[in-house]
Amino acid sequence: MTTLATATRNELATHRLALRYGSRTVVDGLDLTLPGGAVTAIVGPNACGKSTLLRGLTRLLDPAAGTVTLDGSDVHRMPARTLARRMGLLPQQPVTPEAITVESLVRLGRYPHQRMLSPWSAADQAAVEEALTRTGTAELRDQPVDRLSGGQRQRAWIALTLAQDTELLLLDEPTTFLDLRHQLEVLDLVAELNTDAGRTVVMVLHDLGQAARYADHLVVLHEGRLAAAGPPAEVLDAALVEAVFEVPCQVVPDPETGTPLVVPRARARRPTTH
Amino acid sequence: MLRNDLPASTAPAQRSLTVRQSLLPAVGLCVLVLCIALSLALGSRPLPLSTVLDALLGSGAGHGRDADADVVTGLRVPRTIIGLVVGAALGVAGAVAQGITRNPLASPTTLGINAGASFAVVTAIYALHLTRPVEYVWFAIAGAAATALAAQAMARRAGDLDPTRLALGGTVLAAVLTSWTSALMLTSRRTLDEARFWLAGSLAGRGLDVLTPVLPLIVLGLALAFAVAPALNALALGDESAQALGVPVTRIRVLGGLAVVLLAAGAVAVAGPVAFVGLAAPHLVRLVLGPDHRRLLPGCLIAGPILLLAADVLGRVVVRPSELEVGIVTAFLGAPLLAVLARRAAR
Repeated sequence: MTTLATATRNELATHRLALRYGSRTVVDGLDLTLPGGAVTAIVGPNACGKSTLLRGLTRLLDPAAGTVTLDGSDVHRMPARTLARRMGLLPQQPVTPEAITVESLVRLGRYPHQRMLSPWSAADQAAVEEALTRTGTAELRDQPVDRLSGGQRQRAWIALTLAQDTELLLLDEPTTFLDLRHQLEVLDLVAELNTDAGRTVVMVLHDLGQAARYADHLVVLHEGRLAAAGPPAEVLDAALVEAVFEVPCQVVPDPETGTPLVVPRARARRPTTH
Repeated sequence: MLRNDLPASTAPAQRSLTVRQSLLPAVGLCVLVLCIALSLALGSRPLPLSTVLDALLGSGAGHGRDADADVVTGLRVPRTIIGLVVGAALGVAGAVAQGITRNPLASPTTLGINAGASFAVVTAIYALHLTRPVEYVWFAIAGAAATALAAQAMARRAGDLDPTRLALGGTVLAAVLTSWTSALMLTSRRTLDEARFWLAGSLAGRGLDVLTPVLPLIVLGLALAFAVAPALNALALGDESAQALGVPVTRIRVLGGLAVVLLAAGAVAVAGPVAFVGLAAPHLVRLVLGPDHRRLLPGCLIAGPILLLAADVLGRVVVRPSELEVGIVTAFLGAPLLAVLARRAAR
């Protein structure tokens, strides 16, 4: 790594960032700092720009205005491979190649570390083994990915991003399509990656309670703009949820963790709109 | 070979796959050698292998053997070499076409390349009164390249190449160009007579001189194809994942597309449009070697020529003493073969 140790805080930031699809502005004038070393959850109602923001952060989408920086340098001007060694991404709906085995899939995570004609190195294999072990997919290594259960498949995909060996990990709704047990399994794994391996995690989540439990830093988006940002306990209150999600609710301490838990008001007392 | 570094504790199923993978190149090469031998020995005048060997080594002596030797060295050797080159080009072109479009049904045919080459050749026959395959070569190359470029232009959206649009654009162009080709042939009896054998796709009636202009294209196409192979593996994960892994997605798609054009244009210029080899070879190889492009492409380098030579030999023996053009045989055999493959894959 060429950057000085003091400069690699793995801090992503946006500066007056605007993201557009064609003429439709999805994110507008966003100033954000995502703290390095922490778990950040991006939440907000459907179509608020969460996934689009993640696409902008990983430069799947070029900004219409403003910049995205990683420790001060412009992400959209970095060589693709350099960025791929620092930042991994699990998209919401990745494509699983037909008949590929778990290990072959995870091996693809080493792509940015390999050079043309360079052989598969011991470091490559070690990274793959660690990714398989950490995600509990080592015993599935020879199974075709398309025959795994949803939870196993998601772990295999996380293993791929781990094998990429980046200090920064971005996950787009990693718990969607999973049942509760597998959701918690994935989130526990993410928490572990942060605490044990010191990885910075940024993930888009739908469940506010899970976001409050697992994130150190919460980013709430509303119609492409920042509604609130900060530690969940400071940010998440009834007024915010009502304003952003249009759901009357009360926010109580989670009986397990003490983190804020959103409890929507019962239907009978909700003002009907139709 | 890729798994040497693994502990020996892999599951039995995996071990058998590994054994299969290490034996298959040898098996494939043996089948290929068999196809070459059959291609040299069989035809309207079947020859024993000893005669073929004598002719090849120039040791044939005595009366009556010279004619046999002429058949082997003058007709069957060029035909077989052309089959090897065209088969390899088509097989690899198909694998790369399927990789860059992430579409298992993609092939030089669906990208409009064959239709473009056919249209250019038929137009040249119509307007310039050409009569020999060696004269068609440059027109075929130009037609193939122009069509592929047009398909890429249609697929471009905001600087990115959309794989679905690429396949769709190619198919639309193919339909339009094929109808124009038919119209030209229906209005000119002479064009029809000259073009119909070329349009069926054939390895016969050409000397090795047809290879001269296309060999550089095919070599360059193969080099490009093998260079993008690792990136095609990442591209199989979807554009987003590939990009997150540091793959310059659009650049790879353009380079891969260029490889397909060079290979397919080279093949069609030599043999006319031959269907199904480009589609079937990658599927067959994938069934036994898996989806890794670093194995798939070398596999297609062997499987393509096997399919093409086998089809050509079959075409020579089924309606003896006449013969069927190889393009007719591949279409005839390729369609049901692919139906079987599709059913197996669906299960």
